[in-house]
Amino acid sequence: MLTFILKRALSTIPVMGVVALTVFLLLRLSPGDPASVIAGDYATAEQIAKIRTQLGLDQPIFIQFAHWLGDLMRGDLGVSIFSNLPVTTLIGQRIEPTLMLALTTIVFSVVVAVPLGVLAAWKAHTWVDRAVMVFAVVGFSVPVFVMGYFLIYGFALGLHWFPVQGYRSPFSEPGQFVSHITLPTLALSAIYIALIARITRASVLEVLEEDYIRTARAKGQAEIKVLLRHALGNAAVPIVTVIGLGVAFLIGGVVVTESVFNIPGLGRLVVDAILKRDYPIIQGLILFFSFLYIALNLVIDIAYTVLDPRIRY
Amino acid sequence: MTESAGAPAEIGATLFGHWRPLAARYPFVVVAAIIILVFVLAAAFAPLLWTTEPLALNPLQRLKPPSALNWFGSDQFGRDVWTRTVYGTRVSLIVGIAVAVLSISIGLFVGMLAGYIRLLDGIVMRVMDGVMAIPGVLLAIALVSLSGASLVTVIIAITVPEIPRVVRLVRAVVLTVREEPYVEAAIAAGTRLPQILIRHVLPNCVPALIVQATYVCASAMLTEAILSFLGAGTPPEIPSWGNMMAEGRAFFPIAPRIILFPGAALALMILAVNVLGDGLRDRLDPKLARRV
Repeated sequence: MLTFILKRALSTIPVMGVVALTVFLLLRLSPGDPASVIAGDYATAEQIAKIRTQLGLDQPIFIQFAHWLGDLMRGDLGVSIFSNLPVTTLIGQRIEPTLMLALTTIVFSVVVAVPLGVLAAWKAHTWVDRAVMVFAVVGFSVPVFVMGYFLIYGFALGLHWFPVQGYRSPFSEPGQFVSHITLPTLALSAIYIALIARITRASVLEVLEEDYIRTARAKGQAEIKVLLRHALGNAAVPIVTVIGLGVAFLIGGVVVTESVFNIPGLGRLVVDAILKRDYPIIQGLILFFSFLYIALNLVIDIAYTVLDPRIRY
Repeated sequence: MTESAGAPAEIGATLFGHWRPLAARYPFVVVAAIIILVFVLAAAFAPLLWTTEPLALNPLQRLKPPSALNWFGSDQFGRDVWTRTVYGTRVSLIVGIAVAVLSISIGLFVGMLAGYIRLLDGIVMRVMDGVMAIPGVLLAIALVSLSGASLVTVIIAITVPEIPRVVRLVRAVVLTVREEPYVEAAIAAGTRLPQILIRHVLPNCVPALIVQATYVCASAMLTEAILSFLGAGTPPEIPSWGNMMAEGRAFFPIAPRIILFPGAALALMILAVNVLGDGLRDRLDPKLARRV
C-alpha cells in the first residue's frame, strides 16, 4: 500500500515537469515578440525593453529556464507586471470565492447526479431513463455562461429570488452567501451533473447484470439496498474517476462563471490579467490550476485502493 | 473512456447502411443533422437572409426591442442583432471545422508514430499527459494573449489543447491493430512501415476519429465563444457569438436579448453537434457506445 502511494506520487513528477516546460516554452517560442504584444500597441521602446527584462527574456534560454525552475521549486510563481505583487499573494487574496464555488458545485452535482444516474440505470430503457439521458445531453451542451445568463434572466431579473451578481463570504454573512452562490452553482453544475449522471448510469447498469446482484435479489434483499450497497458500491470507481477528471471542466467553467456573476475570485483575476496584458498572472494561474488538477487526481487514484480492495497496482 | 476506443467498427457498419429506417431509429440524430444543415446554410447564404451590414452602426436605432425591421432588436450601437447572430454562425463553423480538421490530422500523425515506434511512445505520451493536465481554456488564453488576437491565432490556440486526446485515441487503436494477424502477415511479406500505417492502421482509426471529430468540433465552438466572451478571442470587430455576448453584458438588465439570442444559437449548435456525435458513435463505434 505504502509503496503504491509512493510510486503513484513519484509518477506525477514527469507530468509536472512537462507542464512546467510547456508553460516556460509558451512565452519563449510564441511567434513574434511577446514583450511587445504584452506591452500593447502604444508602448515605447523603453517600456517594451523593461517588460523584456522583467520577464527575463533578455538572457540565454538555458539560464532563463534554470532561474525559472528554481523559482518554481521555491513556490514562486512570478510577479505581476502591473501591481508588482507576487502572483502567489494575488492568488491568496482571490482564492476563497473560487474555492467556495467549486466546493458547492461538486457537492451539489454529486448529490443530484449520482441518484439520477442510479435511477436511470434501475429504470433502464423506460421513459425515466430517457428523460435523465436527454437532460444529461442538454446539460452537457449548454455552455456555462449561456446557462448563467438564462438563470439570471429567469430567477434574478424575472422572479427576484436571487441577487443578479456578486459574492458574500460564508464566514461573515452565511445567509447572503447562500443566496449569492445559488445561481452560479446551478450554472456551473449543469455540465458536471450531466457527466456524472451518465457515467453513474453506465457503470451501475453494467454491475446490475452481475451474478451477485441476482443473488442479492434472490435472498430477498430490499431493492434499495441492492441498488445502493451492491450496485453503487461496486460501480464507485469509474464514478469517482469522472468526478476527478471533471474538475478540468470545472476549472474552465469557474473562470467564465465568475465573469458572468461578477465574483471576485481567481477567474476574475485571469480576466483582469487578460485585459491588462499581465502575462505573469496568466502563467502563474495556469501552473497553479495544473498542479492542483494533478494533485487531485493523485488523491483520487489513492482513494481507489480504499474504495476497491481488488485494485493493487 | 478514450483508451477503450480502440474498437474498430464492425464490418458493414457504414454510415448509410440502412437508409430508410434511419429517421425512425434515430429521430434525435436526424433532427440534430437538420439543425446543423440549417446553420451551415445560414452561414453560407448569410447576405441573403434579410440581413443588413453586420458592422453597420446606427446610433438612432440603439437598443430597440424586436420589430419587423430588427427581428432580434438592436444592440447598444444600433447594430441588428439578427444580422450579427446569422454572421456569427460563420465564425463558429469556421473555428469548429478548422480545429477539428487540424487536431485530428496532427493527432493522427503523432498517435500513429507513438503507437508504432516504441522509442517515441514513452516520451510522446508523457508530453501528452502533461499538456492534458493544463486546463484547455487557460492554455488557449495564454496562447492568444501572447501572439495577439486574430482568427488564425484563436484556431491554433484551441487546437493545441485538443490534440492529446486524439493522440491517445489513435495510439490505443494502433496498439490493438499492430497485434492483428494481417499486420503480422504484412510485416512478414516485407511491407514498409509507411505502407503498413496507411493501408492497415489508418482505416481502423477512421470510425473512432469521425466520432472524435464531432466532439472536438463542439468543444472548439464552445471554447471560441468562451475566449471571445473573456476578451481573449477573435478580434472585437468580428461578429462572433462570444463577442456579441461580451458586448451585451453591460446592457443585460435592460436588453437581455443581446446576450440571449446568440447564447441560444450557440447552445443549439453545440447540442446538435453533440447529439450527432453520439449517434455516429452508436453507429460506427458500437464497443465504445456500450461503455458510456
